[in-house]
Amino acid sequence: MNASEATGASGHGPIPPMVLAEGVSKSFGSNEVLKGIALEVKRGEVLCLVGPSGSGKSTFLRCINHLEVVSAGRLSVDGELIGYREANGKLYELRPREAARQRRDIGMVFQRFNLFPHMTAMQNVMEAPLRVKGENKALAEQKARDLLDRVGLADREDYFPAHLSGGQQQRVAIARALAMEPKLMLFDEPTSALDPELVGEVLDVMKGLAADGMTMIVVTHEMGFAREVADSLVFMDAGVVVETGDPAEVLANPQHQRTRAFFSKVL
Amino acid sequence: MSSESPIQAIRLRHPWRNVFAVVLIAGAALFILDAAGRPAYDWPAVAKYVFDRRITQAAVNTLQLTVYSMIIAIVLGVILAIMRLSPNPVVKSVAWFYLWVFRGTPVYVQLVFWGLLSIIYQSIDIGIPFMEPFYSFQTNAALNTFTLAIIGLALNEAAYMAEIVRAGLLSVDRGQEEAATALGMGWIQTMRRVIVPQAMRIIIPPTGNEVISMLKTTSLVTAVPYSFDLYTRSRDISAETFNPIPMLIVASLWYLLFTSILMVGQHFLEKRFARGVGDRRPDKKGSAPTGTGAVPLVTGTQPTVVAPTQTENPPSSPGREGTR
Repeated sequence: MNASEATGASGHGPIPPMVLAEGVSKSFGSNEVLKGIALEVKRGEVLCLVGPSGSGKSTFLRCINHLEVVSAGRLSVDGELIGYREANGKLYELRPREAARQRRDIGMVFQRFNLFPHMTAMQNVMEAPLRVKGENKALAEQKARDLLDRVGLADREDYFPAHLSGGQQQRVAIARALAMEPKLMLFDEPTSALDPELVGEVLDVMKGLAADGMTMIVVTHEMGFAREVADSLVFMDAGVVVETGDPAEVLANPQHQRTRAFFSKVL
Repeated sequence: MSSESPIQAIRLRHPWRNVFAVVLIAGAALFILDAAGRPAYDWPAVAKYVFDRRITQAAVNTLQLTVYSMIIAIVLGVILAIMRLSPNPVVKSVAWFYLWVFRGTPVYVQLVFWGLLSIIYQSIDIGIPFMEPFYSFQTNAALNTFTLAIIGLALNEAAYMAEIVRAGLLSVDRGQEEAATALGMGWIQTMRRVIVPQAMRIIIPPTGNEVISMLKTTSLVTAVPYSFDLYTRSRDISAETFNPIPMLIVASLWYLLFTSILMVGQHFLEKRFARGVGDRRPDKKGSAPTGTGAVPLVTGTQPTVVAPTQTENPPSSPGREGTR
């Protein structure tokens, strides 16, 4: 929220929100997972997406970078429609190459890290800048070193993922996503696969990112993180947005019955 | 932990192992002594023919048949495997049909068919149907039996390689492809940089098996008929000398030599592609920081008494848990 005015200097006309979802629906066969999600994420905003499992949080997140294809509605990132091109009132599916270009600017962090196990921490971070952006090796190496330092793993650059703890792996994964210099970061339950004592180190890195003004959408069960860091909290259940608002307010005083029932279980 | 003195225990004895070993060695020694004196083996003939010009040339031919047909089979197998995993139903069916035909008929029968190619198709035309061909050649003149043997062996083997490669590709966690895709990598990049290197670990052992198997399958090329491979050549020589047993030994010795070399090669390939899953620490021994702050948490097997042997560690490596 705070950064929205700052970045508004460039361009003309109204600045589009970083993410805009209008009536986004998604079905797997006859199973409708998302039922008309409407959502707006401003530049520099940190939005936490909470809700019971199976409520469609992760699916929605995956729709944002087109890992899942939206069945209905419109989803755009930075004013650009995701997965489709619009011409003469018709939608055309994007070619894989164009979809890949859209994903470059959107970083994603997975619940199970998904680091490349055959590469060292350093190589994991350098891979996409080298291969996708075509950066030269020295620059990519320097950037990767800086990023690993930023997530507190400067001394682990030559370690393979199997030799890192879960928390360290997830921090490498964050560094890997940041290496593409994304304008938006998606976190899909980044601490759910971690031992409790390792959660803090990952959340600290994410707090640092938020403080630097990164736009973030975080699917999480960490209500403490939501209260402390998020600009807004969205509660989803059964494929719809039930409640949205200021985290402290929603957490302290949920308006909706379903929200209350959920918080009474997790808080 | 450190205050206790190391345990000084009497080691467990395994007397039956020793007994069994002695019995086996004695049996083997008897067999060798007996074989050395047995006239049917005709060792002087073995010694005479093992480096015979015809035999060494045949050994080279066998090796060429194996290498060329395996290279074609692996390339074709990778293509077929990717075709079978493709979302395109047309491509998928083509691959399925190929496998159905080439896996469903004996390689010997296929080799006979390839040998008869020039009778079935006297000439092969390349061009647009119903028009004057750009290029036309006589099958007989263009394809000799050596080439036909390679084609026959390779096309058959490709069907098996396709299944091996497919199993390897499927063994890689779905999350890997997603992570690469989310980074903006294209499909080819994802395959080449992320999926295939990890699949190799699964693909190499059975492929080594296939290479060794191919080395021996080359003895069937007499069906084409190509008669300059190791087995056919040694059999032809024994047909002249009326002394088949030493020639069989000669051929076996060469096959064993090649197989041994292939096994060594496979060992090193497997080591190369075990990167990140084995027990290995970072390569830089001296500069790797081990004493700073949080020590790697996954390791549970710190050596206590014995120094770890550098080469191979038992499969209880921490890497297994780490990769899930």
